[in-house]
Amino acid sequence: MEPSLARYIWTHTKKQQLWILVIVLLSMIPYFMSFDLPKLIVNGPIQGRGFEQPGATQPFMRLHYNLPFIGEVQFFPGFQLDRTTTLLALSLVFLLLVIINGLFKFYINTYKGRLGERMLRRIRFELVDRVLRFPPRYFKRVKSAEVATMVKDEVEPLGGFIGDAFLQPVLLGGQAVTAMLFIVVQNFWLGMIAAVIVLIQIVLIPRMRRRLIVLGRKRQLTARALSGRVGEIVDGIGAVHVHDTSNYERADIAARLGLIFKIRFDLYQWKFMVKFLNNFLAQITPFLFYMVGGYLVIRGRLDVGQLVAVIGAYKDLPGPMKELIDWDQDRQDVQVKYQQVVEQFTVEGLIAPRIGALTIDDPGPMTNPLSAIGLSMADDGGAMLLDRISLQVKPGETVALVSTSTGGAEALAEAFARLNWPESGRVASGADDLLELPEAVTGRRMSYASSDVFLFQASLRDNLLYGLKHAPLTSVTYDGAAADQHRWNIHEARRSGNPDLDIHSDWIDYASVGATGPHDLFEAVRQVLDAVLLSRDILDLGLRSSADLTRHTELAGRIVELRAALRTRLEHEGLSGLVVPFEPGAYNKEATIGQNLLFGAAAGPELADRALAANPYFASVLMQAGLDRMLYEMGMDIAKQAIELFADLPPDHQFFQQLAFMSAEEIPAYETLLQRLKNRPYETVSENDRAMIVTLSFAYIEPRHRFGLLSDELMNKIVAARNQFYEDLPPELQNAVERYDPAKYIAAATVMDNVLFGRLGSNHPDAPDRIRSIVYDILDELGLYAELLDVGLDFNVGAGGRRLTSGQRQKLDVARALLKRPDFLIFNRPLSALDQRVQEKVLQNVLEEARRDGRSPAIVWVVTNPAMAMMFDRVVVFDSGRLVEDGPHETLLAGSGIFKELLS
Amino acid sequence: MLLKDEVGMLQRVPLFSGIEPAKLKLLAFTSDRVSYSAGQILFRQGDEGDAAYVILSGKADILVDSESGPIKVAELLPNSIVGEIAILCNSSRTATVRAASPVEALRIRKDHFLRLMKEFPEMTVEMVRVLADRLSHTTADLIDARSAK
Repeated sequence: MEPSLARYIWTHTKKQQLWILVIVLLSMIPYFMSFDLPKLIVNGPIQGRGFEQPGATQPFMRLHYNLPFIGEVQFFPGFQLDRTTTLLALSLVFLLLVIINGLFKFYINTYKGRLGERMLRRIRFELVDRVLRFPPRYFKRVKSAEVATMVKDEVEPLGGFIGDAFLQPVLLGGQAVTAMLFIVVQNFWLGMIAAVIVLIQIVLIPRMRRRLIVLGRKRQLTARALSGRVGEIVDGIGAVHVHDTSNYERADIAARLGLIFKIRFDLYQWKFMVKFLNNFLAQITPFLFYMVGGYLVIRGRLDVGQLVAVIGAYKDLPGPMKELIDWDQDRQDVQVKYQQVVEQFTVEGLIAPRIGALTIDDPGPMTNPLSAIGLSMADDGGAMLLDRISLQVKPGETVALVSTSTGGAEALAEAFARLNWPESGRVASGADDLLELPEAVTGRRMSYASSDVFLFQASLRDNLLYGLKHAPLTSVTYDGAAADQHRWNIHEARRSGNPDLDIHSDWIDYASVGATGPHDLFEAVRQVLDAVLLSRDILDLGLRSSADLTRHTELAGRIVELRAALRTRLEHEGLSGLVVPFEPGAYNKEATIGQNLLFGAAAGPELADRALAANPYFASVLMQAGLDRMLYEMGMDIAKQAIELFADLPPDHQFFQQLAFMSAEEIPAYETLLQRLKNRPYETVSENDRAMIVTLSFAYIEPRHRFGLLSDELMNKIVAARNQFYEDLPPELQNAVERYDPAKYIAAATVMDNVLFGRLGSNHPDAPDRIRSIVYDILDELGLYAELLDVGLDFNVGAGGRRLTSGQRQKLDVARALLKRPDFLIFNRPLSALDQRVQEKVLQNVLEEARRDGRSPAIVWVVTNPAMAMMFDRVVVFDSGRLVEDGPHETLLAGSGIFKELLS
Repeated sequence: MLLKDEVGMLQRVPLFSGIEPAKLKLLAFTSDRVSYSAGQILFRQGDEGDAAYVILSGKADILVDSESGPIKVAELLPNSIVGEIAILCNSSRTATVRAASPVEALRIRKDHFLRLMKEFPEMTVEMVRVLADRLSHTTADLIDARSAK
């Protein structure tokens, strides 16, 4: 990158900077005119010069110039105006100039703001672009949070400065020089006084500010290190807690903050010191003006109008001067920041842009063998991982890499995946160096999965299809406002040197999966998920999440069919008792009273959980149904029994898990509440207390809690209240609840709850498992299995995929590698988190899946257990960074080498 | 059946007879009420022991696997407790329990059960007594079996 900020800015914004310079120069004309005007107004109409005779007039707007050789030429004789009208006219001209100056400023500011933002966008993009092209070893040494801070925060001030880079000195310098000239023209000596003071400012202040720059650099480095450490704490939070080092981290952060504070405080002190001095110098000048200028007026060597104009002009001098000095500080500050960032981003061995160039067309298969030629790999400390090995993997061959603990097979896999670069020797595809091939070839025709999986914080689907998003394949057509926005996007992207690739295009390379579009992609996805034994996990996730109805229309459309199928099936197997279905006209004993009353899923906070009892409309319905009192008494009863049961237990007692309607912390509150409300007539109890008590009865389930509080009368009243509730549901609550309707899908509920449409009987301990397998069966029978899998694929995997288990993450990584059907599959101990039996099963499935439909990719697999090598055509054994054995499984087995030893 | 009825039933279980009713109620409340139809399995031999069961109503058979198939070694009647050994010894189930008629039972989870024993020494003593009793029966049976050879 360009090391000098000024040159960088000039290269990319020459034209714009020149244009704005022209505008700024133009703006000087009205600016200067507005200086002269007060003098004209004071000396002319106000003091009456030229209007000595009553009724005298003066020409206004007379255009005449004294041209060389021609003499006086008059273009326009002007209007003859008397004293008052002249005052009015001149004042109006003053107002006009104010407006013109304002408009110029507005235009200039907007223009340079945009210029700055474009450059900021360009710099940020360039930085990230470089991150994408850094050589692999670089990433072993940088903290991601530090890079992020550099891209986001450290270049931020550059945006503000770039617009001002060339403008500010011209604009402010122009203003200052104009003001200065004006003063000099009015009175030479007064001008000289101003000039001397300005000179002192120009020389002294920047010198004092040098220290500020040093401090600023320190501040930048310490702040960057801080964000690196914070990022580390977040990433390594597990290690912090496991080792009880949170206080060590606290101390470290506090020490860093202390240092930052000290630097910043030094900065402030020095800054305000400089400011004080600067202000003082600026104020010295008017003092001299009043004294010297006043003296000259008294002596009659200067008229009052001139002095007023000089002082007026001087008001405009310290402003630009100060800003000019500020600009200079900004310049130095920003230059330092820019250099700091550029240094960090200037790395040897950057990947050439052509390697990652956008390639839309299919690059064609890799038909050449993959080989390592005299390949040596070293770790970051310089220790040899692989020592001059040569090996060739032919297309279609399956090779198991078996390695002793110091073998180096992983290093070979990483070299094939280009994740690490050779120390010496090379990896090649046919005659081409692998590192010279564009990623469009290696990234599509080869794939790699390892135990170290990175997932993006997105849905399972996005992560699975991530390996297919190489290039925008469709051009999206936009209409109306969206089209304008799109055009604007492209225009601005180009102006800032950003690519104009459309992120909304369909990036998924369906052809590589053997599909033709989104509709048949799923079949391929399902097959790889089955192969890595991930389908069941995803189905479970699907059952437990709520489906996005805009996407999964079939599930919602066939919900009635599904529910009916489940009932039939349960009856058929004599398991009807397992589920108590929701029926609009009946009380569901396995659901809470609250659920029975609401008989719907809360879709907003208004009617959810504890808010329900406090909702005024809901309370009014209860009152009308005569339930308020009954539920209150019931709640009192529950509170009494619960406190009787639990009052003596310590709050951490595991029995509290069983207490659904109260938490251990709430027991004391309810105890006092009960004391207060005992024997108190219902009418005198406050709304809040009522809600507290009634909430308890809302969570009550008779067969589970068995307090014997549910009577037929109560159940009937609850069903009646339920209907009442929906009859007059006020409009603001219409969207807060979705009523249970046997014919309708409930968007706010999970898929499982939708299919069940009821509650599991609490007295069947194995009900959840049995129901789940029955539900899977039914979904499969009805052809909705794929739909459910798709719901599961919506699951967000969390930061770094942490919402999945490490086994699931590894399976996903293998699935992702399989999905794109490459010519070379490199697996580097990809399933280490799984137990041996599952690993072998997945391995077998993967080999089958990779070769399905007559495909025959080469597969290189670093196995975790030598026994797994049996399933491969060829076995290569590594020990101490050397290739020690190579041959078919039977041959090695028959020999007496390391492989035999490893196996026993 | 309500909580208070269960407390009545629990009081009739020898193991719990020494515990005051308030605590029994807590035990009943924190246990799950489970029901099985005839032929359903409460737990299988070899499974991990995660709970003990108090039979409230109905009958269940205790079966032990043998080479010639499962052998019924005992019958459980209401008010008996079963499955406590696997909890105490942290071992797997030593027998299978199958409902012989519709069975209602209280399922006491392992951690709850152990907590109870810690908090109520009288229950632990009773427990030890029952186990010792069983051991002496088993010893007597063993002697009988040896001498019958």
